[in-house]
Amino acid sequence: MDVLDIARWQFGIITVYHFLFVPLTIGLTAVIAGLETAWVRTGKEDYLRLTKFFAKLFLINFAIGVVTGIVQEFQFGMNWSDYSRFVGDVFGAPLAVEGLLAFFLESTFLGLWIFGWDKLPRGLHAGCMWLVHLGTLASSWFILAANSWMQHPVGYTYNAESGRAELTDFWAVMFNKVQVVTFPHVIFAAYMTAGTFLLGVSAYLYMKKKHEADRPMYHHAIRIGAVITLLAGIGVAITGDLQGKVMTEVQPMKMAAAEGLYETSESCAPFSVFTVGTPDGKEEKFAVTVPCLLSFLGTGSFDGTVEGINPLSEEYVETYGQDPTSKAFTEGDYTPVIPVTYWSFRFMMGLGAFAAAGAALILWLTRKGRTPGVRWLGVLGLSLPIATTLASSWGWIFTEMGRQPWVVFGLMTTESGVSPGVSVFEAATSLIVLTLLYAVLAVIEVKLLITYVKKGADPFEEPPRVKVGGSDEDKPLTFAY
Amino acid sequence: MELTTVWFALIAVLWVGYFCLEGFDFGVGMLLPVLARDDTERRVMINTVGPVWDGNEVWVLVAGGATFAAFPEWYATLFSGFYLPLLLILVALIVRGLSFEYRHKREESEWKGRWDLALIIGSIVPSLLWGVAFANIVAGVPIDADKEFTGNLFTLLNPFGLLGGLVTLTLFATHGAMFVALKTDGEIRHRARDLAVRIGVVAAVLAVVFLVWTQLKTGTAVTAVVFAAAAASLVAGLVSARAGREGWAFVGTFVTIALAVIGLFLGLFPDVMPSTTDPAYSLTTTNAAATAYTLKVMTWVAVIFTPIVLGYQAWTYWVFRKRISVRHIPTPVLAGTSDTAS
Repeated sequence: MDVLDIARWQFGIITVYHFLFVPLTIGLTAVIAGLETAWVRTGKEDYLRLTKFFAKLFLINFAIGVVTGIVQEFQFGMNWSDYSRFVGDVFGAPLAVEGLLAFFLESTFLGLWIFGWDKLPRGLHAGCMWLVHLGTLASSWFILAANSWMQHPVGYTYNAESGRAELTDFWAVMFNKVQVVTFPHVIFAAYMTAGTFLLGVSAYLYMKKKHEADRPMYHHAIRIGAVITLLAGIGVAITGDLQGKVMTEVQPMKMAAAEGLYETSESCAPFSVFTVGTPDGKEEKFAVTVPCLLSFLGTGSFDGTVEGINPLSEEYVETYGQDPTSKAFTEGDYTPVIPVTYWSFRFMMGLGAFAAAGAALILWLTRKGRTPGVRWLGVLGLSLPIATTLASSWGWIFTEMGRQPWVVFGLMTTESGVSPGVSVFEAATSLIVLTLLYAVLAVIEVKLLITYVKKGADPFEEPPRVKVGGSDEDKPLTFAY
Repeated sequence: MELTTVWFALIAVLWVGYFCLEGFDFGVGMLLPVLARDDTERRVMINTVGPVWDGNEVWVLVAGGATFAAFPEWYATLFSGFYLPLLLILVALIVRGLSFEYRHKREESEWKGRWDLALIIGSIVPSLLWGVAFANIVAGVPIDADKEFTGNLFTLLNPFGLLGGLVTLTLFATHGAMFVALKTDGEIRHRARDLAVRIGVVAAVLAVVFLVWTQLKTGTAVTAVVFAAAAASLVAGLVSARAGREGWAFVGTFVTIALAVIGLFLGLFPDVMPSTTDPAYSLTTTNAAATAYTLKVMTWVAVIFTPIVLGYQAWTYWVFRKRISVRHIPTPVLAGTSDTAS
């Protein structure tokens, strides 16, 4: 393996791992803020118990999301210094703005929320969690704007003298057409993840004899979670469809790669649900297909033309052939790894659809106060947040792998972005150390999460009524590390 | 003033913010086994920084992001060049960040002991390595015509770099002890104050040697004044601590760190990363900078949002202004969730 391979594996591992925690973080901040607001408004004890219970699970999850996020920002410079030099003028700005606008907001108000039960009035306390949520949205906006620019560079000019891309229109980058469909897609997916998490954990506890007394509370939570999942699921589907159209327009290769469509289909391109074929996806042995669906996904019309991989690759050699040092050019191959794009696209959609169907089923089973006695409810419930989380992972694997060999589409190949000065020893050390560390942390995190899920919600405890800064009484802290 | 100069100054401000703030929570972390006598006292210490450490850490993320945006070449050369130290810093920041959140999640003493270790080592390593990194940036490192760092880990571990590391290590320890003295009550408060003075003397000696050495390497008349003021502020802080004036003592170490960082950046200017290979290869505020347009956009964002951020961060410190002592630590840790109340 050379530094390029190692750096790519590291980016993949580190980023997919980081994003296991991100959707749940984004979505749960809204769910927790909503539950707490419901408590402040109605005074119903269950809302506060659920707030505190899910906040505890949220914090276990959030902690890893935060610390693994630091690596994200550093590794552009560490492993991808030529990329950083080339795009810094455009790509750096959203990252810096994300830090200033989002990270400060999230970390500061989360600190206030965690420790603020006896320091802040109730409405203000709930408001802190809303601000954390706002921070997660702002963070998503800016980092997705940066990513969207890599998918579809806009608002820049290439300066041959400095040899880099330079920003000419910040607003064009902020409202890139890829960005305006990607942001809602990611955020709806995050709400879906949080909805399934609320549903799944509640369903699990609902089935446990130990928590029998709290069944009405968990029943209620199951239904809230299911409704969030379904509403967000509709959002994910609609925005995903819009994304497909934009993608077909700006990166037709990615759509062709999603289907493994080698030759252009003039009209009514079919979509295969699954295919058995040769490992490189070039030959098909058996497939289940839906007629004309690919045309619809890509163009919005059942007889739209979908371009194939082979003609696109030839076209790319013509268009982007200026860089004869690039392997993609010399090999005449601008094709991503087809089996990866093909299956990741299906796993994303399949897992998302499974989660929505599961939520719909559970919503129906619990209709009108019904108390289902089915034993698999807990297992099904818990499988849903796993499904939504993995759907997000596959979605990103598809988006990023489908753009290959480009790191910035049409501008810079991934291979030319890697740090020239970094040795194999350094890169390998980093990959091994971080991967092992992350593996250990995953074990610790999952164990903690299971322990705390099993405990269920604590009994109701009335938080003190205080003014800002807390009461003058010298009492033990309501919450302490 | 040129926008590149403005951004050089703003990045200096971000590092000042980072070291002045996270400096004390690093100090609190590394002094855990020294200052606390039992688990409750450890929890007192951890809870002094509990609500704020994460906000403190964001300063380095913004410093990194701002460097990426305003001086892409600086970001690229520095981060790919100082590879292994940065990897160590990342690992340290990961384990210490989790320690805050996970330590109290279980009551077993082995569990807590392991997370204590993560917090202690996770605080020592970056405290040392940031100093090594900054000393090397100021002194210059081998950089070739392509703006690539051509040294390795051992290039950075030179006497000047290591001394820089020891200065930040001892200075942050002093700063942390001052913070514990300011934010706690009871026995630990007095212990922290005494320890702050003792470590502070060591820090002062190391800092003076380092600052004089830096002055001889890169200094101007202005940096001489700034460094002298930094040293004076540290002495004033230590005297205040001895006199029992914890607020002023903390201000003393805070100002010391701020002035020392400002002095280093003043000594650096207009370079951002001097090359020891050939001065012509040095990265400067001009040849490492982003375009004027990017800097203008970023300046607007910074002008509008920095005061807001400073406002709510200050407000947090005000909300959590009360001293904490052992009697404020609730037991069990989390009501109703702890099976083995200690």
